Amino acid sequence: MTISIDPQKTNNESLQPKGWLRYFSFSLDHKVIGIQYLVCGFLFYLIGGTLASAIRIELASPMSDFMPRDVYNQVLTLHGTIMIFLWIVPVVNGAFGNYLIPFYVGARDMAFPRLNAVAFWLIPPSGLMLVASYFVEGAAQAGWTAYPPLSITTPQSGQIIWILSVLLLGGSSIFGGINFIATIIKLRRPGLKLMQLPMYCWAMLGTSLLVVLSTPVLAGTLILLSFDIIANTGFFNPVLGGNVVVYQHLFWFYSHPAVYIMVLPAFGLVSEILPVHARKPLFGYTTMVFSIMGIVVLGLVVWAHHMFTSGTPPWMRLFFTIATAFIAVPTGIKFFNWVATLWGGKISINSAMLFSCGFIINFVFGGITGVALAQVPFDIHVHDTYFVVAHFHYIVYGGTVFIIFSSIYHWFPKVTGKMLNEKLGILHFIITFIGFNLCFAPQHWLGLNGMPRRVAEYDPQFQFVNQISSIGALLMAISTIPFLVNVFLSVRNGKDSGDNPWNALTPEWLTSSPPPVENWEGEAPLVEEPYGYGKEFSEQK
Amino acid sequence: MTTLDSSKETQTNNSEVNETHEDFRMFGLITFLIADGMTFAGFFAAYLTYKAVNPLPDGAIYELELPIPTLNTILLLVSSATFHKAGKALLKDKNSDSQKWLFFTASLGIIFLICQLFEYFHLPFGLTDNLFASTFYALTGFHGLHVTLGTLMILIIAWQSRINGGRITSQNMFPLEAVELYWHFVDGIWVILFIILYLL
Repeated sequence: MTISIDPQKTNNESLQPKGWLRYFSFSLDHKVIGIQYLVCGFLFYLIGGTLASAIRIELASPMSDFMPRDVYNQVLTLHGTIMIFLWIVPVVNGAFGNYLIPFYVGARDMAFPRLNAVAFWLIPPSGLMLVASYFVEGAAQAGWTAYPPLSITTPQSGQIIWILSVLLLGGSSIFGGINFIATIIKLRRPGLKLMQLPMYCWAMLGTSLLVVLSTPVLAGTLILLSFDIIANTGFFNPVLGGNVVVYQHLFWFYSHPAVYIMVLPAFGLVSEILPVHARKPLFGYTTMVFSIMGIVVLGLVVWAHHMFTSGTPPWMRLFFTIATAFIAVPTGIKFFNWVATLWGGKISINSAMLFSCGFIINFVFGGITGVALAQVPFDIHVHDTYFVVAHFHYIVYGGTVFIIFSSIYHWFPKVTGKMLNEKLGILHFIITFIGFNLCFAPQHWLGLNGMPRRVAEYDPQFQFVNQISSIGALLMAISTIPFLVNVFLSVRNGKDSGDNPWNALTPEWLTSSPPPVENWEGEAPLVEEPYGYGKEFSEQK
Repeated sequence: MTTLDSSKETQTNNSEVNETHEDFRMFGLITFLIADGMTFAGFFAAYLTYKAVNPLPDGAIYELELPIPTLNTILLLVSSATFHKAGKALLKDKNSDSQKWLFFTASLGIIFLICQLFEYFHLPFGLTDNLFASTFYALTGFHGLHVTLGTLMILIIAWQSRINGGRITSQNMFPLEAVELYWHFVDGIWVILFIILYLL
């Protein structure tokens, strides 16, 4: 059966708000929704960043003197939850996915535009609810993992609001995932083969599979946890015969894939950015595709490596160590492919390229500590210490957030038709890169020496290194200033970019910048070689 | 802001373009049901783990009576068949027959829910008695929620397939097919639940 769209019955254009107002409407345009995701996510990033700064101010001295200890717990819980569920997941999936995927598959919109808008509009209310829970008996205090029995014994209202909020965000994520799978598999332009898609499509397909398969498990787990809190059942309450380890298994069944949900789209985005600015085809397209799918499959069977100290039996430790070590293989393949893409390329050093290279450097560091953490003896030594904090932030900040900034520099001309200021961009990169490494590299040392995470007070011997880390955090906070100034100045009176300032070959650049409402003036172009840069060069000769 | 005509999932803003593409709403629904199935998978995994590693306190009752759940299994399996009949009838443009089968299916769903409640009220344990009791109510309750939603949806599509002015016809089968797929899914989950919870 086919659906034919009667022009008379489609959107009444006169009712659609114009200009900036459409960003506050229930718009069905995938480009509007993408920008909604991005701006909304960035506002939450600023909130989460403020909380992170508060944490680092507190940790600049060994005693808890900046805020009470329970407030510290609330701050770190909100920081983690906001950064993961309201900044990284929505932006790296929702924002760039919505903006780019329809272009990449040669479509005029996503497969289910209304579902798409619903998925976005679930985010602002649940985010506000989460932030507002601070004013109701205090926010949740049990960390972003909400491990029972801690989450059962801390004040209930904050924890329940946290659960509701995460459930709504999970729903939004599932709706988004369904939409991406349908768009990539079903909505491809006729004649466009799967193996001709830009790499970001593959990354989003893999990510969406993970979202659809694992997020519902988190939802079920949180429903059971909420029963424990409000209905006095004992699923995860040892006092009532429950089992806390079951919560950990179910939680990590989602939350380990969640790491890939955060980082796989970044892999896709960097695979789009590097070939354009190095003027070379993406190295090893087929291996990239198989690596992504390998990471998806392996990502679903490694969750218990978060639980080596939870009384897991030896066979389980062995299995999950080996499975985790295997993930280094596809990830390593991707890493070498990016380096090989850069090798011998005609590299232009601009903000997008710098942030992508920053990603490669940080990510290999986070990857190496990841392989180390997969080894049981080492993991038992550093479990729940700052080593884990450092590893995690090298992946999600040094990896994904660097790519988010890289992507903003790369696609800003597409969205606005204006160029960002390169000098401010490079300044932004330098401060971010130095601040980030200053903040998180010393934390490896702290963790190896036994400083536990999630505490407001610590042994005074760690003070000096913590202060270095706090200075790094201060630099990271400062780094948003040149970025924001850059965006505001460039939107108002940036240099006109033309339709294709980077001379890129991927489909989104083959229409005007900013693109028309339905993406293409005529029929969508068939891009068989999105990375055919060498060819273009040889033809010029 | 947008016309809320839900039969058209794909809309274009550009009135000059008149596009035709394949209907992939069913594809989206299947993806959603896979996700929904994963929620149940999580519950089943938790239940089986509890059964394997968490001993119940002395005197805890965890034997379940079989007659009512067996009846419920039969009810749901029959309702799947009657739903299928409704679809066949609609395909032959026999809207009133289709409507009858739909009402029959919905009543089977309602009887299922009544039986389920009857079982709840006659069980010797309550929600918070022990781990088995909590898991039992969580699993059957979550499934019951699905049956409730399914029954409501069947009643809605039965109303919508009325002869004069109903939007569901043999030309627009999608709502019926979607609810049918959902209903088969809920039945399938019940069969798994019945085996794991009552028979194992």
